[in-house]
Amino acid sequence: MSDHLHEPELALHVEDLTVSYHGKPVLWDIDFDIPPGVMAAIVGPNGAGKSTLIKSVLGLIPPIAGHVTLFGRPYRAQRRRVGYVPQRSSVDWDFPTTALDVVTMGLYGRLGWLRWPGRKERRSAMEALEMVGMQDFAGRQISQLSGGQQQRVFLARALVQNADIYFLDEPMAGVDATTERAIVNILRRLRDEGKTVIVVHHDLQTVRTYFDWLLILNVRVVAQGSVESTYTADNLRSAYGGQIALLDSEAFISRAGSEGRESGHDEAVDTGADRADAAGADVRERTS
Amino acid sequence: MLASLLGNPAVMIMTVGALVGIAATLVGTFLVLRGTSMLSDAISHSIVFGIVIVWLLTHQQSGPVQIVGAALTGILTVFLTELLVNSKRVKQDAAIGLVFPLLFSIGVLLLNLYAGNVHIDTHTVLLGEIGFVWLDTVTLGGYEVPQSLLSMGAMTLLNALFVGLLFKELKLATFDAALARALGFAPGVLFYALLLLTSGTAVAAFDAVGAVLFVAFVIVIPSTAYLLTDRLALMLAIGVAVSIASSICGYGLAVRLDVSIGGMMAAMTGVFLLLAFLFGPRYGLVAQARERRRQRHLNESRNLAVHLYNHEGEPEQGEENVARALREHLLWSHERSRRAILQALDAGHIQRQGELLQLTATGREVAREILEPGRR
Repeated sequence: MSDHLHEPELALHVEDLTVSYHGKPVLWDIDFDIPPGVMAAIVGPNGAGKSTLIKSVLGLIPPIAGHVTLFGRPYRAQRRRVGYVPQRSSVDWDFPTTALDVVTMGLYGRLGWLRWPGRKERRSAMEALEMVGMQDFAGRQISQLSGGQQQRVFLARALVQNADIYFLDEPMAGVDATTERAIVNILRRLRDEGKTVIVVHHDLQTVRTYFDWLLILNVRVVAQGSVESTYTADNLRSAYGGQIALLDSEAFISRAGSEGRESGHDEAVDTGADRADAAGADVRERTS
Repeated sequence: MLASLLGNPAVMIMTVGALVGIAATLVGTFLVLRGTSMLSDAISHSIVFGIVIVWLLTHQQSGPVQIVGAALTGILTVFLTELLVNSKRVKQDAAIGLVFPLLFSIGVLLLNLYAGNVHIDTHTVLLGEIGFVWLDTVTLGGYEVPQSLLSMGAMTLLNALFVGLLFKELKLATFDAALARALGFAPGVLFYALLLLTSGTAVAAFDAVGAVLFVAFVIVIPSTAYLLTDRLALMLAIGVAVSIASSICGYGLAVRLDVSIGGMMAAMTGVFLLLAFLFGPRYGLVAQARERRRQRHLNESRNLAVHLYNHEGEPEQGEENVARALREHLLWSHERSRRAILQALDAGHIQRQGELLQLTATGREVAREILEPGRR
């Protein structure tokens, strides 16, 4: 295993990846790389395959074609080095368990089969809860936490894994401004410690403030690279099509050229009406 | 001593009843939490097919081979169901409803055709006959041991071992299957193992409680425990306790009223569920109503603090910040105003100055926190 490293200098290397979800391919022949030590955002319209991409990287959805390596090795060999924060809605928060217990679950991988978590594990979990400012809620049943608190618990569960690369699926969705700031600060600290942080993100307006690396996705890779080089009106329009108008306002238009301003404006008019049913399929049609 | 216990029908019936409940609860807890508890209904019906096939082949109704053989039918049910679901032409609940009646009806037909003169008939298939478990015994180490006691004891032990050893893995796989998979704990395999044990338990419990009553033990008992606790381990422990209580109370009542013992035991699980639903410490109806009332009263005194704060130091303070104003301006009843004032006095939010209701420093802080939540 160790003698055969494929692109070891990259935190994440994805080559020719095609993935289908419920029988329909949602990612076609994806190629991209993420270097270590960056805080990267994955953005794209609904149905662009962002979550599917993360799940496929983590081996949760088998690919139809292509391969993925993390620091030069496939995921199976690197499990211990990966932290994962799924979407908050992916679990049942009425489950009979406490915040501390959920965080302890992050350590199950290291414990392996059959071994029970002990005092040492509970202490690490408690420290992780402290890092996200949730130590007072350790013994609380998880449905008694607010949405932002639940998200922090999920984040703590990933922190306790002490991974080298973190995948977070929409960690800022549906949380209040204070929690969002707290989450971003923690992620930045991880990045500053040399870890790689990869976030599926839904809010284009904060991409430039929060992240330093960007992958724009819509079924294919629209653009990838540093945020300065990829966060352009052309790339965003190419990924979002008409949808872009409803995501933004000045922040985007001020960056776009005068030509972009015109077309952005026109599209705002025609997409405003069908905003609700602007599904991924629509966008794909428009952009292709 | 042991011989007299083993020979005592009442003790044997209650023990087997309790074991059915315990074994069913151990697996049922995870099925209920996973939201797939009705799979147990499908399994317990379709094992009839398995039991009949195994009986036709071996002419034995019980024994380890029989249990495993029939239990495989349960797994077949789940497998066929998932096959149908994956075809995307049938939804999950419909797929369950398609598969198990098919296997169940084939089982019943085979029973009619080939087993007309043995004691498995359609009535016991549905409800079992726990009252007779002590009649069917095998000799073991010089003792006459009821067959059902052996098979239920073995299944309970097996389930307890499975849940005990893999508690952490089962918890993670049930709560967050994606993370379980990402960390390398095959949640799919665990789930199938759980279903295999559920099938085995259903087969072992078949003589005692049949295909239908079994479901009460798998679903109702864990649901009762779920209403009573916030901890998974406690949920299992409470389930065990409810199983034992249901068996003892069910037997006693059934004898007194001269009705089906298995039916009464299952009914008792329902009674415990109802009790938990009404009087559970946190999620019970009574506790929730009380909590809502407490909230309402708390809000009244907070409302009072805000009202006083808004008019504090204003010229109309003498008009507004008096007990009378609560009735005339806030349109509160006499009783409500008195309650709010009393509560605010108790909490040290206000003090009386003649007619005037004066906020204390604490009361002012309470009002400020409500009106300016972003402060600090």
